Amino acid sequence: MSEQTPKFKVTIDNITIEVPAGTTILNAAREIGGDVTPPAMCYYSKLEGSGGKCRTCLVEVSKGSEKDPRPMPKLVASCRTTVMDGMEVKNMTSPKVVEARKGVVEMQLLNHPLDCPVCDQAGECHLQDLSYEHGSSTTRTEFERTTFSQEDIGEYIQLHKTRCILCYRCVFAANQLTGKREHGVLMRGDHAEISTFIGKALENEFIGNVIDVCPVGALTDKTFRFKNRVWFTKPVDAHRNCPTCSGKTRLWMRGEEVFRVTARKDKWGEVEEWICNDCRFHKKQASDWVIEGPSKIDRHSVISQNHYQGAVEAQPELVNEIIGKNPKLLFDIHEVSDVNREEIDLSKINGPAHSDNFLANQKAKHERKLKVGRNK
Amino acid sequence: MKLLLENAHIEGIRYYEIYRKHGGYRAAEKALKMAPDEIVEEVKKSGLRGRGGAGFPAGMKWSFLAKPEGVPRHLVCNADESEPGTFKDRYLMEFLPHLLIEGLLISSFALGSNLTFIYIRGEYAWIVDVLEQAIAEAKTNGWLGKNIQGTGFDCEIHVQRGAGAYICGEETALLESLEGKRGNPRIKPPFPAVQGLWLRPTVVNNVETLAAVVPIMNIGGEAYSKIGVGRSTGTKLISACGNINKPGVYEIEMNLSVEEFIYSDEYCSGIPKGKKLKACIPGGSSVPIVPANLLFKTAKGETRYMNYESLSDGGFATGTMMGSGGFIVLDEDQCVVRHTMTLARFYNHESCGQCSPCREGTGWMYKILKNIEYGKGKMSDIDLLWDIQGKIEGNTICPLGDAAAWPVAAAIRHFRDEFEWHVTHPEEAQTRNYGLAHYAEPLSTVTV
Amino acid sequence: MKFSEEKLKKVNEIIARYPDGKQKSALIPILHIAQEENNGWLDVTTMDHVAIMLNILPIEVYEVATFYSMFNLKPVGKHVFEVCRTGPCMLNGSDDIIQYIKDKLGINEGETTSDGLFTLKPAECLGACGYAPMMQLGKHYREHLTKEKVDLIIDECRRNAAKNN
Ligand SMILES: Cc1cc2nc3c(=O)[nH]c(=O)nc-3n(C[C@H](O)[C@H](O)[C@H](O)COP(=O)(O)O)c2cc1C
Ligand code: SF4
Ligand code: SF4
Ligand code: FES
Repeated sequence: MSEQTPKFKVTIDNITIEVPAGTTILNAAREIGGDVTPPAMCYYSKLEGSGGKCRTCLVEVSKGSEKDPRPMPKLVASCRTTVMDGMEVKNMTSPKVVEARKGVVEMQLLNHPLDCPVCDQAGECHLQDLSYEHGSSTTRTEFERTTFSQEDIGEYIQLHKTRCILCYRCVFAANQLTGKREHGVLMRGDHAEISTFIGKALENEFIGNVIDVCPVGALTDKTFRFKNRVWFTKPVDAHRNCPTCSGKTRLWMRGEEVFRVTARKDKWGEVEEWICNDCRFHKKQASDWVIEGPSKIDRHSVISQNHYQGAVEAQPELVNEIIGKNPKLLFDIHEVSDVNREEIDLSKINGPAHSDNFLANQKAKHERKLKVGRNK
Repeated sequence: MKLLLENAHIEGIRYYEIYRKHGGYRAAEKALKMAPDEIVEEVKKSGLRGRGGAGFPAGMKWSFLAKPEGVPRHLVCNADESEPGTFKDRYLMEFLPHLLIEGLLISSFALGSNLTFIYIRGEYAWIVDVLEQAIAEAKTNGWLGKNIQGTGFDCEIHVQRGAGAYICGEETALLESLEGKRGNPRIKPPFPAVQGLWLRPTVVNNVETLAAVVPIMNIGGEAYSKIGVGRSTGTKLISACGNINKPGVYEIEMNLSVEEFIYSDEYCSGIPKGKKLKACIPGGSSVPIVPANLLFKTAKGETRYMNYESLSDGGFATGTMMGSGGFIVLDEDQCVVRHTMTLARFYNHESCGQCSPCREGTGWMYKILKNIEYGKGKMSDIDLLWDIQGKIEGNTICPLGDAAAWPVAAAIRHFRDEFEWHVTHPEEAQTRNYGLAHYAEPLSTVTV
Repeated sequence: MKFSEEKLKKVNEIIARYPDGKQKSALIPILHIAQEENNGWLDVTTMDHVAIMLNILPIEVYEVATFYSMFNLKPVGKHVFEVCRTGPCMLNGSDDIIQYIKDKLGINEGETTSDGLFTLKPAECLGACGYAPMMQLGKHYREHLTKEKVDLIIDECRRNAAKNN
């Protein structure tokens, strides 16, 4: 059948590409890559039925198709809208989209706690990235943020309801990976929360994957040793012979210690292969693993700020294509952390990074301030 | 002319024998002799527009229904009726249950639905009994069940109760609820006509829409289309409430002027205690509020009528919408800020919580409005409200986001000085009559 | 938690309405019945029981029960006053009625009197805007409320409670 699928031409931010019919605008944009790609907080290509909820991927369809060139009256969720032949889409190049997205980001942060400094997800949080890239810098709410009750969901996974953005990814993941879901979205409206209702421990052998699909720090790894900031650890790809899953993982190490085990993620932050709880929570010795080498991290987040191998940079041609818009740089990790020094290039360190490599340096901090000042 | 409520006053019309004696099930007799597609054609010809709020042509919706081989199709009647100001479907079901059942039978036959549901809001618990009784009677008399009137057509109708959720009036949320799930609206496409109940092709129509199929069959689509004016054909039920002398459900022809509707003794009979009219929300809480000076005359100075086109004349700047026909009147002593605040609280309470602009934005607007109403607001809050509603509108999964944004936008658009007054008079703002009655200038002299 | 014979019959009737494999559709109607059978609220045992009846996961029941405002997840009084406070009712004095009930019964919204007789539950538009102010009491609506009428309703409830004891 796939051979029969016709190709549709779609133009996104003035870049034209051909994709098979049935492709969504978001996935077409991902083919192009870079800043043409709308951010996606709820869509997850590996989870059937996901998407459409967070509204961060809204785009303007300025031309419906070759056959029916009328523009679409409203912005549409690119993750759930399929391309038509001859469709023209505006993402970065649409002031309407930029404005609406700013609004969506503001709404998502409205009741989100300001606890990034103590959040395990800090540094690999998609909401952090999103707000730096697409948000405005100030918050206009003066109201107290919604709070939720604490709920213990077992020894493996920490649930912080206040941080949840209700993307429903973990619900889809539990449905599709475990077959016997024990948690879900309860209550309604702005009281909606992720919960088991009865304070149940989540123990299915694949349930750990909800941690990886969660875009924020609402579901984190309780076994993450010493609660380290991710940017102090160094990711390496590793594998083991696992009877339950593929055993292909990413270890977050510091020196010889394995602080955390996760699945490997692609450049869109999506898991490549699901892993089992045993690999994730119980294999915390370097000797449990065959280490393949430093991970390729090309998601442009704080993790790649230290020039990991393969960090993607904006291509200069792209800037010209998208009417001269310079993709905005993410926040500078050196602005928020005292420890990492910008002269450290992790990928050049032989073997895993060690705490010695991160010793704070007052001089560097001073220079950093100067540099940030210049950027503005 | 009355087409729906003509017999509503007859004692016992709720029961089969009396309903039948007064011409009931004659439309069904006629329809069952026609080909299903001919019925769809008649409904198309009638120009009947959906009475649930959006006003989408019913016949057109029916003709979109997908008919894949071997896949059952369903008709679902939307009796969720939860839009503030709207209580017309309730009236129809309480007094004329057989009219709805007859409409459902004809429509089910036209669309090929052997299993039809009435999804009714959970609070209307006693109406479930009324409807189930009528269904049982219809079945006993051969209008439902197997081989109806010897045509070979089978049809069952079941009444399904919701459990308290305005959002389940949105057709895809309704279908989710009917499937035993949370009332989260689905992301469209696919539309229900292709994948609806249990992913089968489904038509969802309002109670009044489906009841109107009965007179359409009786008098013919052509004749129905001649009643009313322009694209507002037939008659419309209006549920009138708020500060009027005779609140209730009225059946109107859509060439009635708004002024007549409010002041004529046949309808609302004016404002109690001789007070002046301040503002009106003519189509249910989601449609823009209009001040008195834009209600009886459009901005162009033409008479405003109770129909789809005339009510929306002037767009959102100076007009409003027909909506569901929930007609809310505010007299000169009412506070628009307070009224808007209750609506904002309503939408906040009813948001399903799936998409961030609606989930977070409705609560934010409510909190700000509450501050303003209770004398704790700032001038900048008014602009902030305006900005927030703009960030919700058009950016959500379902139209509840728009429905929450429009009332706030319209209130600020037309009554900004009243919001400002609340900010500058924090003490007085807490007492309820603040005396800003100048919107209620004598009506004949109103110019824009 | 157990359904009575009569209710069990009703439950099976409802389940039989839906095509094979679609029995989850019966969830909301059955939760209504379960709530009636369980003194007006749904506890975990009851919900788990419903899950077994419909052969669905318990979380699917919790998700639904917590979404809809008619399902009570905490014990409620014998008589639940659900007084509408949305726009059209507000225009006709629902605020005063709510205040009157609060004063008279000495409870706030969401609370139950110490004798377990009355709960005041805030409600949004119940579709009786033309007959405002109003409240839902059990299966029925009480409309055109005045303070006097509220007094009568409270007396009526007290009498019923005395009779049934
Ligand atoms: C938030 C929301 C609530 C709605 N509530 C109702 C309702 O209570 N009754 C109704 O008939 N339609 C309601 N609608 C409209 C339905 O989605 C749908 O358009 C309608 O049932 C179609 O029937 P019609 O074409 O006969 O009007 C609502 C829509 C939205 C977005
Ligand atoms: S816990 Fe995480 S994955 Fe689950 S809904 Fe919330 S944000 Fe999404
Ligand atoms: S707009 Fe509101 S009610 Fe509609 S899907 Fe989004 S959150 Fe739910
Ligand atoms: S990624 Fe498209 S709406 Fe969330």
